[in-house]
Amino acid sequence: MAEKGAKARALAGGTDLLVQLRVKRYIVDRVVDVKHIAEMNELSYSDSKGLVLGAAVPCYRVYEDKHISAKYPGLYDSASLIGGIQIQTRAGIGGNLANAAPSADAIPSLIALGATANIAGPKGKRSVPVEHFCTGPGKSVLQDGELLVSMSIPPPQAKMGSTYIRFIPRNEMDIAVVGVGVSVVLNGNSIKSARIALASVGPTPIFATEAGNWLTGKAPTEDSVMQAAEAAKKAAKPITDMRGTIEQRIHLVGVLTKRSLLSAITRAKEAR
Amino acid sequence: MTTTENRPQFKVVGTRPVRHDGLEKVTGKAKYGADVILPGMLYGKVLRSPHPHARIKSIDTSGALKIPGVKAVVTAKDLPIQSDKMVELGEAHANMKQIAENCLANDKVLYKGHAVAAVAATSPHIAEEALDAIKVVYEVLPFVLNVDDAMKPGATLLHENMVTRAVLGGKPDPAKQVGKSNVSSEMRWVGGNLEQAWKDSHVIVEREYFTKPVHQGYIEPHVTTVNWNPDGKITVWTSTQHTFGVRQQAAAILQVPEGMVKVIPMEIGGGFGGKINVYLEPAAAMLSKKTGHPVKMVMTRKEVFEASGPTSGSHMKMKVGATKDGKITGWQLWLAFEAGAYPGSPVAMGAMCSSAPYIVENFDVSALDIVVNKPKVAAYRAPGSPIGAFAVESTLDELAEKLGMDPMDFRLKNAAKEGTRQITGAPLGKIGNIEVMTQVKNHPHYKSPLPVGPNVGRGVGMGYWFNIGMQSSAALNVNPDGSVSLVTGSVDIGGTRVAVAMQAAEILGIRAEDVIPTVADTDSIGWTGVTGGSRTAFATGIAAINAAEEVKKQLIARAALMWEVKPEDIEFKDGLYINKKSPKDSVTMKQLAAKMMMTGGYVTASATANPRMAGAAYGAMIVDVKVDPETGKVDLLRVTAFQDAGKAAHPSYVEGQIQGGAVQGIGWALNEEYFHTTDGVMANSSWLDYRMPTSLDLPMIDPVIIEVPNPGHPFGLRGVGEVGICAPMAAIRNAIFRATGARMYHLPMNPGSIVEAIGAKKAAGHTNGAAKK
Ligand SMILES: Cc1cc2nc3c(=O)[nH]c(=O)nc-3n(C[C@H](O)[C@H](O)[C@H](O)COP(=O)(O)OP(=O)(O)OC[C@H]3O[C@@H](n4cnc5c(N)ncnc54)[C@H](O)[C@@H]3O)c2cc1C
Repeated sequence: MAEKGAKARALAGGTDLLVQLRVKRYIVDRVVDVKHIAEMNELSYSDSKGLVLGAAVPCYRVYEDKHISAKYPGLYDSASLIGGIQIQTRAGIGGNLANAAPSADAIPSLIALGATANIAGPKGKRSVPVEHFCTGPGKSVLQDGELLVSMSIPPPQAKMGSTYIRFIPRNEMDIAVVGVGVSVVLNGNSIKSARIALASVGPTPIFATEAGNWLTGKAPTEDSVMQAAEAAKKAAKPITDMRGTIEQRIHLVGVLTKRSLLSAITRAKEAR
Repeated sequence: MTTTENRPQFKVVGTRPVRHDGLEKVTGKAKYGADVILPGMLYGKVLRSPHPHARIKSIDTSGALKIPGVKAVVTAKDLPIQSDKMVELGEAHANMKQIAENCLANDKVLYKGHAVAAVAATSPHIAEEALDAIKVVYEVLPFVLNVDDAMKPGATLLHENMVTRAVLGGKPDPAKQVGKSNVSSEMRWVGGNLEQAWKDSHVIVEREYFTKPVHQGYIEPHVTTVNWNPDGKITVWTSTQHTFGVRQQAAAILQVPEGMVKVIPMEIGGGFGGKINVYLEPAAAMLSKKTGHPVKMVMTRKEVFEASGPTSGSHMKMKVGATKDGKITGWQLWLAFEAGAYPGSPVAMGAMCSSAPYIVENFDVSALDIVVNKPKVAAYRAPGSPIGAFAVESTLDELAEKLGMDPMDFRLKNAAKEGTRQITGAPLGKIGNIEVMTQVKNHPHYKSPLPVGPNVGRGVGMGYWFNIGMQSSAALNVNPDGSVSLVTGSVDIGGTRVAVAMQAAEILGIRAEDVIPTVADTDSIGWTGVTGGSRTAFATGIAAINAAEEVKKQLIARAALMWEVKPEDIEFKDGLYINKKSPKDSVTMKQLAAKMMMTGGYVTASATANPRMAGAAYGAMIVDVKVDPETGKVDLLRVTAFQDAGKAAHPSYVEGQIQGGAVQGIGWALNEEYFHTTDGVMANSSWLDYRMPTSLDLPMIDPVIIEVPNPGHPFGLRGVGEVGICAPMAAIRNAIFRATGARMYHLPMNPGSIVEAIGAKKAAGHTNGAAKK
């Protein structure tokens, strides 16, 4: 990788890369298959360390994992709606993150769950919070020669729920017009903390910190959720294109933030 | 569900045998255009315009020719055709000069994706690379993307010398002032007394509609392989709906006699009207001529979207009035259709078809064909009719609502029947319009309560397609085992091999399985028209029936010879040839065939038919939708599609056509569109962003076959392939209104536009409320 610099790309599931090579988004001399690197295939959970998710683990392993569906339902949501079954046997969360698409369906969940990206390169290893990972459409903090090795997600707090919801005009096989990933931690009858992240409404996935922070200490009611949704709309900086207009997208941020928060609150109440 | 009138039953027609080509297709053995591989074959690729409108100043191909592996480059200069030449192609006339220019742009490119040059090389990758080495200098011109911009005074002209052709009631209209314009023709039909009609109206509704171009969306991209031999013989292996049409177009563009061109049809992966015009053949032929090698060309999906199909976008206005008891008084319709880069939108058919379900006495209907900087439109399932039907069926729904009438009662009150004069003045033949409407009205779906829950609504719409006849040929060869080989020239898109074979089997009193159908090339069968216009099962069916009658006549003569009686003494009954003089003497076809060599040799027959009474088809849809008012997403809860098939030769394939038409209409209604950016580029030229419905977006579509026999066919068949696409857009739109209170006037009715319409409706509601206080 380091040898070829910008003329090399890593290949995980290849479900983005092969398409990108074909349309000449990247013109490369070398494609490096990372699927056979042991660390890239790690999928482990412990109550003390949380989740370590290797960058080449395909989606089906994610949504079939009992720990993930129980403790990180938002990530489960993302993994199970990326592509269809064929795509999910190849495509992974790591590829989704490394690809750094504003519309990526897994990144909002990673941000909402407080994940960090573990990176290795010629200069050694480093870790970056996922909300700082993407720097523009298809661009990330990864330097030439660097690889995303894995993602770490802290163990869930008590009474935590998470949800990812996206809007697409069809029922499958589409790119999110808007996606919203949230996590909510309850403390008795109030919200202890909440994180809200948005897809497809800016050049990168957006961490809507103000909307999330606003919920701290509020009652987990429809009313609070509606207000947080309004705050999330302010964080959105969408464009108009063939997939949706600015107005439609801002409107949908409100709708989906409300719906995903309500779902996450329900999940938090059911969580141990 | 099938409804059958009381009339003679058939033994084979109306049953559901397994299709002859089924096994090959489901096992992947059937050979499509992309499967053609020939010794020494080269691969061609097309360089396409990045601009929606530009003058070509120069093309320098020298760089490409220097690349190792590149064998030849062609441009429009290489195409022999020089002057205009009109030919009849399927459902429309076409100017071959323009078709040639569409295949390789001459002095101007007229849309983004317009072909400019083509390269042949030893591999597709080299050919693709060579495209980058061709240097084209363009003078970029202003462009127009819709009919309204194209009609503005001072708009850039695509064809600088084009003058509007003004037509009134089918004849040139000298009263109309015309000049140079992007409007290629303006056709108008007037009748009755419209002014009086408005005075007689209790209610008048006047509305305006906009629709976007949509693509046929066949799975298989355009593909061709052409070999031009030094002796002048040209062979084309292609995926087309119309082999003889490809021969005709290729011969005209290449300026060779038609007899020198042989077109071999490969299996076809869908067409829906989009595989009638040639796109790749002229370039492939010239590349083959230059190199002496066969040249194969395959489009990418992006090329298919950018440079083939689609059907027209439109702007339409309708004004319609009715008396208090619901009789239509006046009918004013204005349709302006995008033709794409060259004249020839289906706007006239849109005008005629959308009026055809109704008795319309006082009318003024105008149809404008307008060129814009988008790909040249091609036929698409009932060309024009679905677009017109969207305006008409939507406006009539509002009219019925204002009258407080049930939408089907309103339609039945105004239903056209046999003898009703259309806006063209031509009377309708025997049709099933009222039968279809009555079936809708009485169907359990129509009578059932709406599914429970908020934001649920039901809508209906009608559709009409006239269907075409035209010439078809068929040959039958009796085999010694009693089976019959059936050769036709009709490419099989929708199960017509079996539907045609069944008609021959019916005549001969044998099983459909005993007829072995083959689709032949243009050297091996008599002239046969397009697989399109819903004509194949009907017209090629009649050709096969005629050939079968001839076989039967010969077999009767053989039986007579065997028993030493006269042919009149032989009775044919239930597949048996019976000696009337000695009724215990009877033989089956199998037995007769086994003795063929002793009674005069093999029995063969060929026939050509040119039937006219194609038998128009009416269709309808009832649809229940649920709308998410916050996101604007429409879910289809229940869909019932009705269609008069005359007689369903093979009900499964008729049902398949009804369902297929419904699905394409549903896609057109909800999400499909050519989305052009302001710089004139189609932004969604991929399956991902074109958003055709997937199986998960569709409920089971319940087909209802109605059978009002067509007197123009021995078994009563009507064409069934097209009308199913006409009703869905308005039906869904009318359902959305009942679910949300919002009326939609644009296609597609995508989620964003529905949220907007609901918002506008609410805002209007508030101001109304405020005004009342
Ligand atoms: C039919 C289809 C449907 C799809 N549906 C969805 C969807 O619903 N939602 C969605 O978000 N996406 C969707 N996608 C896009 C894609 O499947 C996802 O983004 C997927 O998560 C990518 O994972 P992958 O393992 O295939 O990545 P790859 O294609 O292997 O890689 C993606 C990018 O990241 C780089 N990369 C991969 N691994 C590393 C690494 N370890 N270190 C550094 N760089 C790396 C690659 O070079 C490439 O540029 C779809 C794609 C297809 C073809």
